Amino acid sequence: MSDKWQPTIVGFFCNWCTYTAADLAGVSRMKYPATVRVIRLMCSGRVDPQFILKAFAGGADGVLIGGCHPGDCHYLEGNYKALRRFEMMKKLIAGFGIDEKRLRLEWISAAEGEKVKRVIEEMTQQVQELGPLDVPKIFAGWDEELDKLEEEIKKEAEEPSHV
Amino acid sequence: MSDKPKIAMYWCASCGGCEESVVDLAEDILFVVENVDIVFWPVALDFKKKDVEAMEDGSIVASFINGAIRTTEQEEMVRMLRRKSQIVIAYGSCAQTGGIPALANLCEREAILQYVYHDAPTVKNPEGTRPQLETRENGFRATLPEFHNVVRTLGQIVDVDYYLPGCPPSPKLLKEAVIVLLSGNLPPKGTVLAPDKALCDECARKETKPETMEIEAFHRPHNTPVDPELCFLAQGIVCMGPATRAGCGAACTCGNMPCTGCYGPTSRVEDQGAKILSSLMANLAPKDEEGIRKALEGIPDPVGTFYRYAVAGSLMRGKLTK
Ligand code: SF4
Ligand code: SF4
Repeated sequence: MSDKWQPTIVGFFCNWCTYTAADLAGVSRMKYPATVRVIRLMCSGRVDPQFILKAFAGGADGVLIGGCHPGDCHYLEGNYKALRRFEMMKKLIAGFGIDEKRLRLEWISAAEGEKVKRVIEEMTQQVQELGPLDVPKIFAGWDEELDKLEEEIKKEAEEPSHV
Repeated sequence: MSDKPKIAMYWCASCGGCEESVVDLAEDILFVVENVDIVFWPVALDFKKKDVEAMEDGSIVASFINGAIRTTEQEEMVRMLRRKSQIVIAYGSCAQTGGIPALANLCEREAILQYVYHDAPTVKNPEGTRPQLETRENGFRATLPEFHNVVRTLGQIVDVDYYLPGCPPSPKLLKEAVIVLLSGNLPPKGTVLAPDKALCDECARKETKPETMEIEAFHRPHNTPVDPELCFLAQGIVCMGPATRAGCGAACTCGNMPCTGCYGPTSRVEDQGAKILSSLMANLAPKDEEGIRKALEGIPDPVGTFYRYAVAGSLMRGKLTK
């Protein structure tokens, strides 16, 4: 397992349910892949779609959002907002050429340490199958052409063109 | 030589609308012409590249550059204008965030060339000729600019001092910008020379914008009757007003069309499309996956809808093909 490529997954977990569950998983010494970098937010409704894009743009191979089960949100409606944004975000990232399987939303209550483990294992495997996304590398590939101009200008100086 | 401040204007990947908007100054153009010396403006005046090359670095007070950057020629010209100018102003949404030309970033470069030179129904090219970067004949060498991988914003190529947003910027904004420049009392670098508040603030429909919204479904303006006074969002029509900077005088919503976002975001927003998505989705009525998906059918092209003018300047820059 360890010599396999390990993806980087950014996890946005809500304070009241999923983060507490991840804590529980830790305290209970459950083992799961160290692929998720957890960012604790007060509510899954606080997951600004800009954060998701920023995670991908910064090099994440996957983004996992964890919130309270429907009806259990500490802020009543936050997780419904998260769900609606998630549905649209899947369409949006597909439009930008990112497989929607790289984005996942899970309802994980504070007691479900076991589910944190399972979801992270599943998502790690799923993203492993898709392979690296590595947006910074794609941008760098696009931008290689920007250095070419200096050379062309030098060449032009040596051998001016005539039209 | 007059000692009036020297101004340059240049266009890159542009539709010409930004140039036209200068002419839309109408009699105010006299004010501009009286107070500045236009030393370069290819669309209107016969100065050449070599004239600009011959100028001293920093001798132009301000260059207004419109259009996005797609070719090496545009890249070269804006780098030169950057050197020659004290101030560079990105004029219009193409220069600021990529604009309409940056929608091309959703297609691969090769697919665009293939379509334009071979597959488009109006093209007759039996030999499959493509323009070459370099041609030699009788000892002469002719060159053409190269088509870049992606469309870029002006700021992705050179340092930009100020932004004048809009597709195109309103003549009022342009006049105000010229006055600010002439005053010598310059705003901080990076300032967008338009009000830093959302378009809703200057929209005549804002009184009818519901405090809490429950959008059941999205409709598109061409397939639904549009109430001329009611806030578009209350009618389930995507309006970019809440995520877009004011300054246009709400020209589109006055004309019974929703805002499509050409003035770009306010200073609090990094990615305009993600921001409007966030607010629209929060205000949907359905709470279950099926209901949500059904409502979203009304937005068949989210990237084109939420980033109509902002693909190049967005966090994703374009479709991620290698
Ligand atoms: S900003 Fe609008 S008006 Fe200006 S060049 Fe681009 S498309 Fe044309
Ligand atoms: S959402 Fe659109 S129509 Fe409604 S107030 Fe804002 S700009 Fe006007």
